Amino acid sequence: MSDSIPSPRNHAATATTGPFPPLRFSSLVQADLIRRAVAGYPHEVCGLLIGKGTAAGVLVERITEARNLRTDRLADRYVLDPDDFLAADSAARREGLEVVGIWHTHPDHPPTPSQTDLEAAWEGYSYVILSVRRGDVADIRSWRLAGSRFAGQPIEEIS
Amino acid sequence: MSKATIRIPTPLRSFTGGAGEVEVEGATVGQALHHLDRRHEGILSRVLDPDGRIRGFVNIYLGETNVKTLGGLDAALPDRAVISIVPAVAGGLR
Repeated sequence: MSDSIPSPRNHAATATTGPFPPLRFSSLVQADLIRRAVAGYPHEVCGLLIGKGTAAGVLVERITEARNLRTDRLADRYVLDPDDFLAADSAARREGLEVVGIWHTHPDHPPTPSQTDLEAAWEGYSYVILSVRRGDVADIRSWRLAGSRFAGQPIEEIS
Repeated sequence: MSKATIRIPTPLRSFTGGAGEVEVEGATVGQALHHLDRRHEGILSRVLDPDGRIRGFVNIYLGETNVKTLGGLDAALPDRAVISIVPAVAGGLR
C-alpha cells in the first residue's frame, strides 16, 4: 500500500462535488477496498457497497466483491455478475441494509468515470472508483449520476 | 393468479415512495410486473422497452434464477414467489 494515499477527507476537498450527501465509511471498509483493489491488479476489480441512507449521508457498512463477466477485457472493462448482485442484495436485505453503490478499479488510470461508466450508470447509486497505479492505490473518489453526467460525491471517513 | 413480492432496487424506489418491496399478483412474471406498474405508475418504463421486452441494462430474477433461462416474461409465477429487479452494472476505464 502506498504512503501517498490521500485521506477520504482530502478527496472531498479536491473533488468537484454535486448536491449529494457524503458517502461515509470507516477506515476498515477503506482498507478492505484497497486490499481487494491491489489483489486484483492489473485487472479491473468490482463489487458492491452495502449500507443504508442516514441523516448524515450514505453509510457503507461493508463491501462485497463480484465476478467480472468481461473476461475478454479484464484490464479495462467490467460487467458485474448479476448473480452476485442478487446474492449480495438478498444478504443485505436480511440485515436491514441495501445496495447503496458500486465500486470498481481503474488500473493505471485516474479515478474519474469514463464514457463507458456513464453509459451504464444508475441514478441513486454511489460509484466509488479506485485508481491503482503500479499495484498501489493512488486515489479513491466517489461519484453520482446527476442528469446526464457524473458529479463528485464527498467521502467522509468515520471511526 | 399467484401472489408475489417484487424487490425494488434503490434507484427505482423513487417510483414506490421508498418501498423496497411491493406485493403484486399475476400468473406470469410479466403480469406481475404490469401489476407493479399499475400500483406505481411509470416504473415499468425503466424495466421494459417500448416493445415490452426486458431492457438490456436490467435483469429480472424469479427466486434465484434469471428469467432469461425460464422463458422470460412468460415464466409461470408460483405462489409466494419473489421477483427481483436487478440493475445491470457495468463500466470500465475506457
